[in-house]
Amino acid sequence: MKFAVIVFPGSNCDVDMYHAIKDELGEEAVYVRYDEQNLANYDAILLPGGFSYGDYLRSGAIARFAPIMAEVVKAAEAGKPILGVCNGFQILLEAGLLPGAMKRNKNLKFMCRPVTLRVQNNETMFTSAYEIDEEITIPIAHGEGNYYCDEATLATLKQENRIAFTYADNPNGSVEDIAGIVNEKGNVLGMMPHPERAVDKLLGSADGLNLFKSILRNWRESHVTHA
Amino acid sequence: MYKVKVYVTLKESVLDPQGSAVKNSLHSLSYQEVEDVRIGKYMELTVKDTENLDQRIKEICEKLLANTVIEDYTYEIEEGVAQ
Repeated sequence: MKFAVIVFPGSNCDVDMYHAIKDELGEEAVYVRYDEQNLANYDAILLPGGFSYGDYLRSGAIARFAPIMAEVVKAAEAGKPILGVCNGFQILLEAGLLPGAMKRNKNLKFMCRPVTLRVQNNETMFTSAYEIDEEITIPIAHGEGNYYCDEATLATLKQENRIAFTYADNPNGSVEDIAGIVNEKGNVLGMMPHPERAVDKLLGSADGLNLFKSILRNWRESHVTHA
Repeated sequence: MYKVKVYVTLKESVLDPQGSAVKNSLHSLSYQEVEDVRIGKYMELTVKDTENLDQRIKEICEKLLANTVIEDYTYEIEEGVAQ
């Protein structure tokens, strides 16, 4: 399986993402620059964390207009798995691929520490290797992860079972303890915590690896050709 | 040439964590009369003469300068700014 790791000016978790795919999942990963205009050859798209364009104006606001984003939108429409982590999630929100917006953390602090997440939906292509209600340890590292959406949107997210992960102990003020959501079709996941930083016990946790394994397993199930 | 002054603030329905912190600080400085603080952004655009100026400024605000999921914007257009 071939993963594209999108690199924006100011991305800083691209190498972690690449490492997670290449060395831990054992699949192919390729860095794709923000100014490229073709994602046709990739099976999955990863938008890493960081501070794209210095977070100027709003996190993700400028990155969403980078040339590669038109391709990301196309890939989303084609049903390819798209994962946005941290700043990647913020970019997906700004691009309108996921609903809602991010505010400054409730306590106004940049927080960087492992947190406990609860798997709310294990029927997505990103979470099927987890148990429902499983508690996993994944690090967060953000100053603007306070997820907001209006009540109508929240009702829709709940009704359509689109909340993938919640915080066991809400660190940032997000509505309904939301840590990660998927789009209507279920092929776009945005989450503030960093699964790519939790893919080996040496890193403190390997709980993030099942997310990447889920993507791979679901891709194989839908692409295996029987000889 | 025009000078366009754009103000972006969080919507009334959206809690403003920065505003709350500043309000608490003002209270601790004994300015108890301050009931609420909302923090926003102020941007100045210098814009060449163009057709549909008002419409284009609106587009600029909605596409990029404000995130209308959580923010409101207003703007003022000043004419005849010296270059």
